[in-house]
Amino acid sequence: MAITLSGSDTIPAPPLSARLSPPQVWGIVLLTPYLLVFLAFVLYPVCYGLWLARHPASYVALYHDPIFARAAVNTLIFLVVGINIKMLIALFLSGFFAQQRPWIRWLSVIFILPWAVPSIPTILSVRFMLNPEWGMVNQLIFKFTGDDGPNWLNDPAVALAMAIGVHIWKSLPFWTLILLTGRLAISHDLYEASDVDGANWWQKFRYITWPSMQTLYVTCTLLSMIWTLGDFNSVYLLTGGGPADLTHVLSTLGIRYLRLDQLSLAMASIVCAMPLVLPLVYFMMKRLSR
Amino acid sequence: MKLPTLRDVGTEAKLLLIGIPVFIWTMVPIYHMFLFAISPKEDAFSGKLWPEHPTLHNFSIVFHQQHYFLRDFWIQFWNSTVIALSAGALTLFVATAAAFSISRLRVPGGRAVMNMALFTYFIPAAFLAVPMYRTMGNYGLLNNHWSLILAMVTIASPYAIWVLKQASDKLPVELDEAATMDGATTLQLFRLVYVPLMMPSLVAIGTYAILLAWNEYLYAFLLLSKDTDITLPVALGNFLAADDSPWELLMTTGFIYALPPAAVYYAFRRYMVGGLTAGAVKS
Repeated sequence: MAITLSGSDTIPAPPLSARLSPPQVWGIVLLTPYLLVFLAFVLYPVCYGLWLARHPASYVALYHDPIFARAAVNTLIFLVVGINIKMLIALFLSGFFAQQRPWIRWLSVIFILPWAVPSIPTILSVRFMLNPEWGMVNQLIFKFTGDDGPNWLNDPAVALAMAIGVHIWKSLPFWTLILLTGRLAISHDLYEASDVDGANWWQKFRYITWPSMQTLYVTCTLLSMIWTLGDFNSVYLLTGGGPADLTHVLSTLGIRYLRLDQLSLAMASIVCAMPLVLPLVYFMMKRLSR
Repeated sequence: MKLPTLRDVGTEAKLLLIGIPVFIWTMVPIYHMFLFAISPKEDAFSGKLWPEHPTLHNFSIVFHQQHYFLRDFWIQFWNSTVIALSAGALTLFVATAAAFSISRLRVPGGRAVMNMALFTYFIPAAFLAVPMYRTMGNYGLLNNHWSLILAMVTIASPYAIWVLKQASDKLPVELDEAATMDGATTLQLFRLVYVPLMMPSLVAIGTYAILLAWNEYLYAFLLLSKDTDITLPVALGNFLAADDSPWELLMTTGFIYALPPAAVYYAFRRYMVGGLTAGAVKS
Protein backbone atom coordinates (compact mmCIF):
# COMPACT_ATOMS: atom_id res chain seq x y z
CA MET A 1 0.00 0.00 0.00
CA ALA A 2 2.74 2.40 0.96
CA ILE A 3 4.46 1.80 -2.36
CA THR A 4 1.47 2.73 -4.48
CA LEU A 5 1.19 6.09 -2.73
CA SER A 6 4.70 7.14 -3.68
CA GLY A 7 5.73 9.03 -6.79
CA SER A 8 3.55 11.56 -8.52
CA ASP A 9 0.52 11.04 -6.26
CA THR A 10 -0.60 14.27 -4.58
CA ILE A 11 -0.09 14.51 -0.87
CA PRO A 12 -3.49 14.16 0.85
CA ALA A 13 -4.63 17.24 2.75
CA PRO A 14 -3.79 16.94 6.45
CA PRO A 15 -6.77 16.25 8.69
CA LEU A 16 -8.72 19.22 9.98
CA SER A 17 -7.24 19.01 13.47
CA ALA A 18 -3.73 19.44 12.08
CA ARG A 19 -4.64 22.55 10.10
CA LEU A 20 -6.06 24.31 13.16
CA SER A 21 -3.91 25.46 16.05
CA PRO A 22 -4.68 23.90 19.45
CA PRO A 23 -6.43 27.04 20.72
CA GLN A 24 -8.72 26.97 17.71
CA VAL A 25 -9.57 23.34 18.30
CA TRP A 26 -10.43 24.23 21.89
CA GLY A 27 -12.42 27.17 20.61
CA ILE A 28 -14.59 24.88 18.54
CA VAL A 29 -14.94 22.41 21.41
CA LEU A 30 -16.01 25.16 23.82
CA LEU A 31 -18.45 26.65 21.34
CA THR A 32 -20.14 23.30 20.74
CA PRO A 33 -22.44 23.26 23.81
CA TYR A 34 -24.08 26.51 22.79
CA LEU A 35 -24.28 25.45 19.15
CA LEU A 36 -26.08 22.28 20.20
CA VAL A 37 -28.53 24.25 22.35
CA PHE A 38 -29.12 26.63 19.46
CA LEU A 39 -29.69 23.90 16.89
CA ALA A 40 -31.93 21.76 19.09
CA PHE A 41 -34.01 24.42 20.83
CA VAL A 42 -33.98 27.47 18.54
CA LEU A 43 -33.27 26.57 14.93
CA TYR A 44 -35.23 23.33 14.79
CA PRO A 45 -38.32 24.69 16.63
CA VAL A 46 -38.36 27.86 14.51
CA CYS A 47 -38.07 25.94 11.23
CA TYR A 48 -40.60 23.38 12.39
CA GLY A 49 -42.97 26.15 13.45
CA LEU A 50 -42.65 27.92 10.10
CA TRP A 51 -43.33 24.64 8.35
CA LEU A 52 -46.48 24.20 10.44
CA ALA A 53 -47.59 27.70 9.46
CA ARG A 54 -47.25 27.06 5.72
CA HIS A 55 -50.97 26.49 4.91
CA PRO A 56 -52.79 29.53 3.48
CA ALA A 57 -55.96 28.09 5.06
CA SER A 58 -54.63 28.99 8.52
CA TYR A 59 -54.36 32.64 7.55
CA VAL A 60 -57.86 32.64 6.13
CA ALA A 61 -59.11 31.15 9.39
CA LEU A 62 -57.23 33.80 11.36
CA TYR A 63 -58.67 36.52 9.15
CA HIS A 64 -62.17 35.30 9.97
CA ASP A 65 -61.49 34.96 13.69
CA PRO A 66 -62.66 38.20 15.38
CA ILE A 67 -60.50 37.39 18.41
CA PHE A 68 -57.37 37.62 16.26
CA ALA A 69 -58.21 41.09 14.94
CA ARG A 70 -58.98 42.23 18.47
CA ALA A 71 -55.73 40.76 19.78
CA ALA A 72 -53.74 42.50 17.04
CA VAL A 73 -55.32 45.84 17.92
CA ASN A 74 -54.76 45.23 21.64
CA THR A 75 -51.11 44.41 20.98
CA LEU A 76 -50.65 47.65 19.08
CA ILE A 77 -52.31 49.63 21.89
CA PHE A 78 -50.14 47.82 24.42
CA LEU A 79 -46.98 48.68 22.48
CA VAL A 80 -47.68 52.18 21.26
CA VAL A 81 -49.50 53.56 24.30
CA GLY A 82 -48.14 51.36 27.09
CA ILE A 83 -44.46 51.46 26.19
CA ASN A 84 -44.36 55.17 25.45
CA ILE A 85 -46.06 56.06 28.71
CA LYS A 86 -43.70 53.74 30.55
CA MET A 87 -40.56 55.13 28.94
CA LEU A 88 -41.63 58.75 29.49
CA ILE A 89 -42.24 58.04 33.18
CA ALA A 90 -38.90 56.21 33.35
CA LEU A 91 -37.15 59.20 31.77
CA PHE A 92 -38.81 61.54 34.25
CA LEU A 93 -38.06 59.33 37.26
CA SER A 94 -34.45 58.84 36.23
CA GLY A 95 -34.10 62.59 36.72
CA PHE A 96 -35.72 62.26 40.14
CA PHE A 97 -33.43 59.42 41.23
CA ALA A 98 -30.38 61.30 40.00
CA GLN A 99 -30.89 63.76 42.87
CA GLN A 100 -28.34 63.22 45.62
CA ARG A 101 -30.35 62.72 48.81
CA PRO A 102 -30.06 59.91 51.36
CA TRP A 103 -33.82 59.30 51.37
CA ILE A 104 -33.91 59.13 47.59
CA ARG A 105 -31.14 56.51 47.69
CA TRP A 106 -33.31 54.49 50.10
CA LEU A 107 -36.34 54.96 47.92
CA SER A 108 -34.41 53.69 44.92
CA VAL A 109 -33.64 50.48 46.82
CA ILE A 110 -37.37 49.98 47.50
CA PHE A 111 -38.31 51.12 44.01
CA ILE A 112 -36.49 48.15 42.46
CA LEU A 113 -38.71 45.65 44.35
CA PRO A 114 -41.24 45.06 41.53
CA TRP A 115 -38.36 44.04 39.29
CA ALA A 116 -36.74 41.84 41.95
CA VAL A 117 -39.80 39.84 42.97
CA PRO A 118 -41.42 37.29 40.63
CA SER A 119 -44.34 38.67 38.66
CA ILE A 120 -46.86 35.88 39.30
CA PRO A 121 -47.74 36.55 42.96
CA THR A 122 -47.82 40.31 42.47
CA ILE A 123 -50.02 40.13 39.39
CA LEU A 124 -52.41 37.81 41.24
CA SER A 125 -52.34 40.26 44.14
CA VAL A 126 -53.49 43.05 41.79
CA ARG A 127 -56.12 40.73 40.37
CA PHE A 128 -57.62 40.18 43.81
CA MET A 129 -57.35 43.83 44.65
CA LEU A 130 -59.53 44.58 41.62
CA ASN A 131 -62.16 41.94 42.35
CA PRO A 132 -65.53 43.74 42.11
CA GLU A 133 -67.05 42.28 45.29
CA TRP A 134 -64.28 41.46 47.75
CA GLY A 135 -61.34 43.36 46.30
CA MET A 136 -59.62 45.98 48.39
CA VAL A 137 -60.15 48.76 45.85
CA ASN A 138 -63.92 48.46 45.61
CA GLN A 139 -64.28 47.93 49.37
CA LEU A 140 -62.46 51.21 49.95
CA ILE A 141 -64.55 52.97 47.30
CA PHE A 142 -67.67 51.68 49.04
CA LYS A 143 -66.44 52.74 52.45
CA PHE A 144 -65.71 56.31 51.38
CA THR A 145 -68.44 57.02 48.85
CA GLY A 146 -71.13 54.44 49.58
CA ASP A 147 -71.18 53.56 45.87
CA ASP A 148 -70.16 50.32 44.25
CA GLY A 149 -66.90 50.64 42.37
CA PRO A 150 -66.53 49.75 38.72
CA ASN A 151 -66.27 46.14 37.65
CA TRP A 152 -62.61 46.61 36.76
CA LEU A 153 -61.72 43.45 34.91
CA ASN A 154 -65.09 42.93 33.25
CA ASP A 155 -64.85 45.92 30.94
CA PRO A 156 -62.42 45.11 28.09
CA ALA A 157 -61.04 48.64 27.82
CA VAL A 158 -60.49 49.00 31.57
CA ALA A 159 -59.09 45.46 31.84
CA LEU A 160 -56.58 46.13 29.08
CA ALA A 161 -55.59 49.40 30.74
CA MET A 162 -55.08 47.50 34.00
CA ALA A 163 -52.91 44.92 32.21
CA ILE A 164 -50.81 47.76 30.81
CA GLY A 165 -50.63 49.19 34.33
CA VAL A 166 -49.36 45.88 35.69
CA HIS A 167 -46.79 45.70 32.93
CA ILE A 168 -45.62 49.23 33.73
CA TRP A 169 -45.49 48.45 37.44
CA LYS A 170 -43.27 45.45 36.79
CA SER A 171 -40.78 46.85 34.30
CA LEU A 172 -40.62 50.55 35.15
CA PRO A 173 -37.80 50.09 37.72
CA PHE A 174 -35.58 48.33 35.21
CA TRP A 175 -35.85 51.03 32.55
CA THR A 176 -35.55 53.81 35.10
CA LEU A 177 -32.32 52.25 36.30
CA ILE A 178 -30.93 51.98 32.76
CA LEU A 179 -31.85 55.58 31.94
CA LEU A 180 -30.40 56.66 35.29
CA THR A 181 -27.05 55.10 34.33
CA GLY A 182 -27.18 57.09 31.11
CA ARG A 183 -28.05 60.27 32.96
CA LEU A 184 -25.28 59.88 35.53
CA ALA A 185 -22.75 59.50 32.71
CA ILE A 186 -23.40 63.10 31.61
CA SER A 187 -20.62 65.39 32.80
CA HIS A 188 -21.66 67.55 35.73
CA ASP A 189 -19.66 70.50 34.41
CA LEU A 190 -22.23 71.02 31.67
CA TYR A 191 -24.98 71.63 34.21
CA GLU A 192 -22.81 73.92 36.29
CA ALA A 193 -21.91 75.94 33.23
CA SER A 194 -25.57 76.21 32.28
CA ASP A 195 -26.40 77.38 35.82
CA VAL A 196 -23.93 80.18 35.36
CA ASP A 197 -25.63 81.06 32.09
CA GLY A 198 -28.99 81.08 33.89
CA ALA A 199 -30.64 78.20 32.04
CA ASN A 200 -33.98 76.95 33.40
CA TRP A 201 -34.70 73.23 33.92
CA TRP A 202 -36.37 72.82 30.56
CA GLN A 203 -33.43 74.35 28.72
CA LYS A 204 -31.07 72.10 30.66
CA PHE A 205 -33.14 69.08 29.69
CA ARG A 206 -33.57 70.17 26.07
CA TYR A 207 -29.97 71.15 25.36
CA ILE A 208 -27.90 68.96 27.72
CA THR A 209 -29.78 65.89 28.97
CA TRP A 210 -31.81 64.94 25.92
CA PRO A 211 -29.04 65.21 23.28
CA SER A 212 -26.80 62.85 25.25
CA MET A 213 -29.59 60.44 26.13
CA GLN A 214 -31.70 60.21 23.00
CA THR A 215 -29.83 57.25 21.46
CA LEU A 216 -30.13 55.31 24.71
CA TYR A 217 -33.77 56.30 25.04
CA VAL A 218 -34.69 55.12 21.54
CA THR A 219 -32.76 51.86 21.99
CA CYS A 220 -34.53 51.22 25.28
CA THR A 221 -37.93 51.95 23.76
CA LEU A 222 -37.38 49.53 20.88
CA LEU A 223 -35.97 46.81 23.13
CA SER A 224 -38.89 47.23 25.49
CA MET A 225 -41.29 46.87 22.55
CA ILE A 226 -39.72 43.55 21.53
CA TRP A 227 -39.85 42.23 25.08
CA THR A 228 -43.38 43.44 25.61
CA LEU A 229 -44.54 41.49 22.57
CA GLY A 230 -43.54 38.43 24.57
CA ASP A 231 -45.17 39.60 27.79
CA PHE A 232 -47.55 36.78 28.48
CA ASN A 233 -47.95 37.09 32.24
CA SER A 234 -49.39 40.60 32.57
CA VAL A 235 -52.40 39.81 30.43
CA TYR A 236 -52.86 36.13 31.07
CA LEU A 237 -52.70 36.21 34.85
CA LEU A 238 -54.68 39.43 35.24
CA THR A 239 -57.54 38.96 32.81
CA GLY A 240 -56.95 35.50 31.32
CA GLY A 241 -57.77 37.13 27.97
CA GLY A 242 -61.29 37.78 29.18
CA PRO A 243 -63.93 39.10 29.31
CA ALA A 244 -65.12 37.14 26.25
CA ASP A 245 -61.56 36.90 24.86
CA LEU A 246 -61.52 40.65 24.26
CA THR A 247 -58.25 41.49 26.01
CA HIS A 248 -55.94 38.96 24.34
CA VAL A 249 -52.64 40.14 22.95
CA LEU A 250 -50.71 38.16 20.33
CA SER A 251 -48.61 36.32 22.91
CA THR A 252 -51.60 35.05 24.91
CA LEU A 253 -53.53 34.34 21.72
CA GLY A 254 -50.77 32.04 20.44
CA ILE A 255 -50.88 30.10 23.70
CA ARG A 256 -54.70 30.05 23.58
CA TYR A 257 -54.64 28.38 20.15
CA LEU A 258 -51.99 26.00 21.43
CA ARG A 259 -54.19 25.01 24.36
CA LEU A 260 -57.07 24.47 21.95
CA ASP A 261 -54.78 22.15 19.97
CA GLN A 262 -54.82 24.45 16.92
CA LEU A 263 -51.08 24.51 16.48
CA SER A 264 -51.07 25.73 12.88
CA LEU A 265 -53.29 28.67 13.87
CA ALA A 266 -50.97 29.43 16.78
CA MET A 267 -47.95 29.51 14.49
CA ALA A 268 -49.82 31.48 11.84
CA SER A 269 -50.74 34.14 14.39
CA ILE A 270 -47.08 34.41 15.35
CA VAL A 271 -46.01 34.65 11.72
CA CYS A 272 -48.51 37.51 11.36
CA ALA A 273 -46.60 39.36 14.07
CA MET A 274 -43.32 39.06 12.19
CA PRO A 275 -43.73 42.25 10.11
CA LEU A 276 -43.75 44.01 13.47
CA VAL A 277 -40.96 41.99 15.10
CA LEU A 278 -38.39 41.62 12.33
CA PRO A 279 -37.74 45.35 11.70
CA LEU A 280 -37.28 45.86 15.44
CA VAL A 281 -34.95 42.85 15.65
CA TYR A 282 -32.99 44.01 12.60
CA PHE A 283 -32.55 47.46 14.09
CA MET A 284 -31.45 46.11 17.48
CA MET A 285 -29.04 43.62 15.89
CA LYS A 286 -27.42 46.42 13.91
CA ARG A 287 -27.11 48.49 17.03
CA LEU A 288 -25.74 45.80 19.35
CA SER A 289 -23.50 43.64 17.17
CA ARG A 290 -20.80 46.18 16.55
CA MET B 1 -24.92 74.09 60.33
CA LYS B 2 -26.87 76.52 58.25
CA LEU B 3 -30.60 76.83 58.18
CA PRO B 4 -32.33 75.67 55.01
CA THR B 5 -33.53 78.51 52.86
CA LEU B 6 -37.09 78.77 51.61
CA ARG B 7 -35.88 77.70 48.19
CA ASP B 8 -34.33 74.50 49.60
CA VAL B 9 -37.56 73.66 51.40
CA GLY B 10 -39.47 74.20 48.16
CA THR B 11 -37.18 71.86 46.23
CA GLU B 12 -37.44 69.23 48.95
CA ALA B 13 -41.24 69.50 48.95
CA LYS B 14 -41.33 69.07 45.19
CA LEU B 15 -39.12 65.98 45.46
CA LEU B 16 -41.36 64.55 48.18
CA LEU B 17 -44.36 65.21 45.98
CA ILE B 18 -42.79 62.81 43.46
CA GLY B 19 -41.26 60.43 45.99
CA ILE B 20 -44.38 59.65 48.02
CA PRO B 21 -46.54 58.59 45.04
CA VAL B 22 -43.63 56.53 43.72
CA PHE B 23 -43.38 54.78 47.08
CA ILE B 24 -47.12 54.08 47.26
CA TRP B 25 -47.28 52.90 43.65
CA THR B 26 -44.38 50.51 44.24
CA MET B 27 -45.61 49.09 47.51
CA VAL B 28 -49.36 48.67 46.99
CA PRO B 29 -49.40 45.22 45.28
CA ILE B 30 -46.65 43.92 47.56
CA TYR B 31 -48.28 45.27 50.71
CA HIS B 32 -51.62 43.82 49.61
CA MET B 33 -49.98 40.43 49.24
CA PHE B 34 -48.36 40.72 52.66
CA LEU B 35 -51.64 41.87 54.20
CA PHE B 36 -53.41 38.77 52.92
CA ALA B 37 -50.60 36.55 54.15
CA ILE B 38 -50.99 37.73 57.76
CA SER B 39 -54.80 37.98 57.77
CA PRO B 40 -57.21 35.30 58.94
CA LYS B 41 -59.83 34.47 56.32
CA GLU B 42 -62.52 36.78 57.79
CA ASP B 43 -60.20 39.79 57.91
CA ALA B 44 -58.80 39.20 54.44
CA PHE B 45 -62.12 39.92 52.76
CA SER B 46 -63.21 42.82 54.92
CA GLY B 47 -61.18 45.49 53.13
CA LYS B 48 -59.23 46.62 56.18
CA LEU B 49 -55.79 48.14 55.70
CA TRP B 50 -54.46 46.27 58.72
CA PRO B 51 -56.02 43.05 60.07
CA GLU B 52 -57.64 43.09 63.51
CA HIS B 53 -55.91 39.88 64.45
CA PRO B 54 -52.66 39.54 62.51
CA THR B 55 -51.53 35.95 62.51
CA LEU B 56 -48.90 33.63 61.09
CA HIS B 57 -51.43 30.82 60.91
CA ASN B 58 -51.49 30.95 57.09
CA PHE B 59 -47.77 30.25 56.97
CA SER B 60 -48.25 27.26 59.23
CA ILE B 61 -50.99 25.92 56.93
CA VAL B 62 -48.69 26.29 53.92
CA PHE B 63 -45.66 24.72 55.61
CA HIS B 64 -47.71 21.79 56.86
CA GLN B 65 -49.49 21.41 53.50
CA GLN B 66 -52.88 21.47 55.24
CA HIS B 67 -54.99 22.45 52.25
CA TYR B 68 -56.09 20.71 49.07
CA PHE B 69 -54.25 23.24 46.88
CA LEU B 70 -51.10 22.96 48.96
CA ARG B 71 -50.74 19.21 49.31
CA ASP B 72 -47.57 19.18 47.17
CA PHE B 73 -46.10 22.47 48.37
CA TRP B 74 -42.70 21.17 49.48
CA ILE B 75 -42.11 19.01 46.44
CA GLN B 76 -43.04 21.97 44.21
CA PHE B 77 -40.66 24.18 46.16
CA TRP B 78 -37.98 21.55 45.63
CA ASN B 79 -38.77 21.35 41.90
CA SER B 80 -38.41 25.12 41.58
CA THR B 81 -35.09 25.04 43.42
CA VAL B 82 -33.60 22.18 41.42
CA ILE B 83 -34.70 23.62 38.09
CA ALA B 84 -33.43 27.13 38.91
CA LEU B 85 -30.05 25.90 40.13
CA SER B 86 -29.56 23.45 37.25
CA ALA B 87 -30.54 26.06 34.67
CA GLY B 88 -28.17 28.54 36.34
CA ALA B 89 -25.22 26.14 36.39
CA LEU B 90 -25.80 24.92 32.84
CA THR B 91 -26.23 28.45 31.47
CA LEU B 92 -23.04 29.52 33.21
CA PHE B 93 -21.14 26.61 31.68
CA VAL B 94 -22.50 27.03 28.16
CA ALA B 95 -22.17 30.81 28.13
CA THR B 96 -18.71 31.05 29.69
CA ALA B 97 -17.32 28.45 27.29
CA ALA B 98 -18.88 30.23 24.31
CA ALA B 99 -17.78 33.71 25.40
CA PHE B 100 -14.20 32.51 26.01
CA SER B 101 -14.15 30.83 22.64
CA ILE B 102 -15.55 33.84 20.76
CA SER B 103 -13.77 36.62 22.60
CA ARG B 104 -10.40 35.18 23.62
CA LEU B 105 -9.70 32.33 21.20
CA ARG B 106 -11.28 34.20 18.26
CA VAL B 107 -12.62 30.97 16.86
CA PRO B 108 -13.56 31.16 13.15
CA GLY B 109 -17.29 31.79 12.84
CA GLY B 110 -17.48 33.21 16.35
CA ARG B 111 -19.05 36.40 15.12
CA ALA B 112 -21.77 34.47 13.31
CA VAL B 113 -22.55 32.50 16.48
CA MET B 114 -22.71 35.75 18.45
CA ASN B 115 -25.23 37.12 15.94
CA MET B 116 -27.28 33.94 16.16
CA ALA B 117 -27.34 34.28 19.94
CA LEU B 118 -28.37 37.93 19.71
CA PHE B 119 -31.13 37.01 17.31
CA THR B 120 -32.42 34.44 19.81
CA TYR B 121 -32.31 37.09 22.51
CA PHE B 122 -34.70 39.20 20.45
CA ILE B 123 -37.29 36.53 19.73
CA PRO B 124 -40.15 37.28 22.15
CA ALA B 125 -40.19 34.39 24.63
CA ALA B 126 -43.93 33.80 24.32
CA PHE B 127 -43.55 33.36 20.54
CA LEU B 128 -40.78 30.80 20.86
CA ALA B 129 -42.85 28.95 23.45
CA VAL B 130 -45.33 27.61 20.89
CA PRO B 131 -42.87 25.74 18.62
CA MET B 132 -40.71 24.91 21.65
CA TYR B 133 -43.63 23.08 23.22
CA ARG B 134 -44.08 20.91 20.16
CA THR B 135 -40.35 20.33 19.83
CA MET B 136 -40.11 19.13 23.42
CA GLY B 137 -42.99 16.79 22.61
CA ASN B 138 -41.05 15.46 19.62
CA TYR B 139 -37.98 14.91 21.78
CA GLY B 140 -40.16 13.06 24.31
CA LEU B 141 -39.19 15.49 27.07
CA LEU B 142 -42.64 16.81 28.02
CA ASN B 143 -43.42 16.49 31.74
CA ASN B 144 -39.73 15.99 32.35
CA HIS B 145 -37.76 18.56 34.33
CA TRP B 146 -35.07 18.53 31.66
CA SER B 147 -37.46 20.17 29.21
CA LEU B 148 -37.83 23.22 31.44
CA ILE B 149 -34.14 23.33 32.36
CA LEU B 150 -33.08 23.19 28.70
CA ALA B 151 -35.72 25.75 27.71
CA MET B 152 -34.41 28.11 30.39
CA VAL B 153 -30.82 27.58 29.24
CA THR B 154 -31.95 28.42 25.71
CA ILE B 155 -33.62 31.64 26.87
CA ALA B 156 -30.88 32.70 29.29
CA SER B 157 -27.68 31.90 27.40
CA PRO B 158 -27.89 34.45 24.54
CA TYR B 159 -27.91 37.39 26.94
CA ALA B 160 -25.34 35.62 29.14
CA ILE B 161 -22.97 35.11 26.21
CA TRP B 162 -23.40 38.69 25.08
CA VAL B 163 -22.69 40.19 28.51
CA LEU B 164 -19.73 37.87 29.11
CA LYS B 165 -18.31 38.62 25.67
CA GLN B 166 -18.57 42.36 26.31
CA ALA B 167 -16.81 41.92 29.64
CA SER B 168 -14.05 39.67 28.32
CA ASP B 169 -13.34 41.93 25.34
CA LYS B 170 -12.18 44.44 27.92
CA LEU B 171 -9.51 42.14 29.37
CA PRO B 172 -6.08 42.97 27.89
CA VAL B 173 -4.79 40.54 25.22
CA GLU B 174 -1.32 40.77 26.79
CA LEU B 175 -2.56 38.60 29.68
CA ASP B 176 -3.28 35.70 27.35
CA GLU B 177 -0.03 36.25 25.49
CA ALA B 178 1.99 36.30 28.70
CA ALA B 179 0.31 33.15 29.98
CA THR B 180 0.90 31.37 26.65
CA MET B 181 4.56 32.46 26.70
CA ASP B 182 4.87 30.88 30.12
CA GLY B 183 3.65 27.65 28.55
CA ALA B 184 0.03 27.64 29.69
CA THR B 185 -2.25 25.41 27.66
CA THR B 186 -5.60 26.73 26.49
CA LEU B 187 -7.44 24.97 29.30
CA GLN B 188 -5.05 26.38 31.90
CA LEU B 189 -5.56 29.82 30.39
CA PHE B 190 -9.30 29.35 30.79
CA ARG B 191 -9.18 27.96 34.31
CA LEU B 192 -6.38 30.01 35.88
CA VAL B 193 -6.55 33.35 34.07
CA TYR B 194 -9.93 33.83 32.46
CA VAL B 195 -12.40 32.52 35.04
CA PRO B 196 -10.83 34.29 38.07
CA LEU B 197 -10.74 37.62 36.20
CA MET B 198 -14.32 37.26 35.05
CA MET B 199 -15.70 36.38 38.49
CA PRO B 200 -17.91 39.48 39.00
CA SER B 201 -19.59 39.01 35.62
CA LEU B 202 -19.96 35.28 36.24
CA VAL B 203 -21.69 35.92 39.56
CA ALA B 204 -24.04 38.38 37.86
CA ILE B 205 -24.84 35.97 35.02
CA GLY B 206 -25.34 33.01 37.34
CA THR B 207 -27.74 35.05 39.44
CA TYR B 208 -29.54 36.28 36.34
CA ALA B 209 -30.09 32.75 35.04
CA ILE B 210 -31.20 31.38 38.42
CA LEU B 211 -33.71 34.20 38.91
CA LEU B 212 -34.98 33.84 35.34
CA ALA B 213 -35.63 30.13 35.83
CA TRP B 214 -37.13 30.53 39.30
CA ASN B 215 -39.51 33.23 38.07
CA GLU B 216 -40.54 31.56 34.81
CA TYR B 217 -44.24 30.89 34.50
CA LEU B 218 -45.18 30.38 30.83
CA TYR B 219 -42.70 27.65 29.90
CA ALA B 220 -43.20 25.85 33.21
CA PHE B 221 -46.94 25.88 32.71
CA LEU B 222 -46.67 24.52 29.15
CA LEU B 223 -43.96 21.93 29.65
CA LEU B 224 -44.91 20.40 33.01
CA SER B 225 -48.34 19.28 34.09
CA LYS B 226 -48.31 16.66 36.83
CA ASP B 227 -48.97 18.10 40.29
CA THR B 228 -45.77 16.62 41.66
CA ASP B 229 -43.69 17.83 38.68
CA ILE B 230 -44.74 21.45 38.44
CA THR B 231 -42.91 24.43 39.90
CA LEU B 232 -44.34 26.89 42.43
CA PRO B 233 -45.53 29.58 39.98
CA VAL B 234 -47.59 27.00 38.07
CA ALA B 235 -49.07 25.81 41.35
CA LEU B 236 -49.98 29.44 42.14
CA GLY B 237 -51.66 29.79 38.75
CA ASN B 238 -53.61 26.59 39.42
CA PHE B 239 -55.28 28.24 42.42
CA LEU B 240 -57.29 30.24 39.90
CA ALA B 241 -58.95 27.09 38.58
CA ALA B 242 -61.47 27.08 41.42
CA ASP B 243 -63.98 29.84 42.15
CA ASP B 244 -63.66 29.52 45.93
CA SER B 245 -59.86 29.72 45.96
CA PRO B 246 -58.38 30.44 49.39
CA TRP B 247 -56.87 33.79 48.47
CA GLU B 248 -55.14 34.29 51.79
CA LEU B 249 -53.30 30.97 51.31
CA LEU B 250 -52.50 31.79 47.70
CA MET B 251 -51.02 35.13 48.76
CA THR B 252 -49.09 33.45 51.59
CA THR B 253 -47.60 30.92 49.18
CA GLY B 254 -46.85 33.71 46.73
CA PHE B 255 -45.13 35.68 49.45
CA ILE B 256 -42.95 32.69 50.41
CA TYR B 257 -42.19 32.11 46.74
CA ALA B 258 -41.21 35.75 46.20
CA LEU B 259 -38.83 35.94 49.15
CA PRO B 260 -35.83 33.89 47.87
CA PRO B 261 -35.42 35.79 44.57
CA ALA B 262 -35.82 39.13 46.32
CA ALA B 263 -33.19 38.12 48.87
CA VAL B 264 -30.82 36.89 46.16
CA TYR B 265 -31.37 40.04 44.14
CA TYR B 266 -30.56 42.33 47.06
CA ALA B 267 -27.59 40.20 48.15
CA PHE B 268 -26.04 40.40 44.68
CA ARG B 269 -27.32 43.84 43.79
CA ARG B 270 -23.78 45.21 43.63
CA TYR B 271 -22.91 42.65 40.94
CA MET B 272 -26.26 42.92 39.20
CA VAL B 273 -26.09 46.67 38.81
CA GLY B 274 -22.47 46.69 37.67
CA GLY B 275 -22.52 43.53 35.57
CA LEU B 276 -25.91 43.67 33.97
CA THR B 277 -27.03 47.23 33.46
CA ALA B 278 -23.67 48.11 31.95
CA GLY B 279 -24.19 45.45 29.33
CA ALA B 280 -27.94 45.63 29.04
CA VAL B 281 -28.12 48.49 26.63
CA LYS B 282 -25.12 49.88 24.86
CA SER B 283 -25.81 53.46 23.91
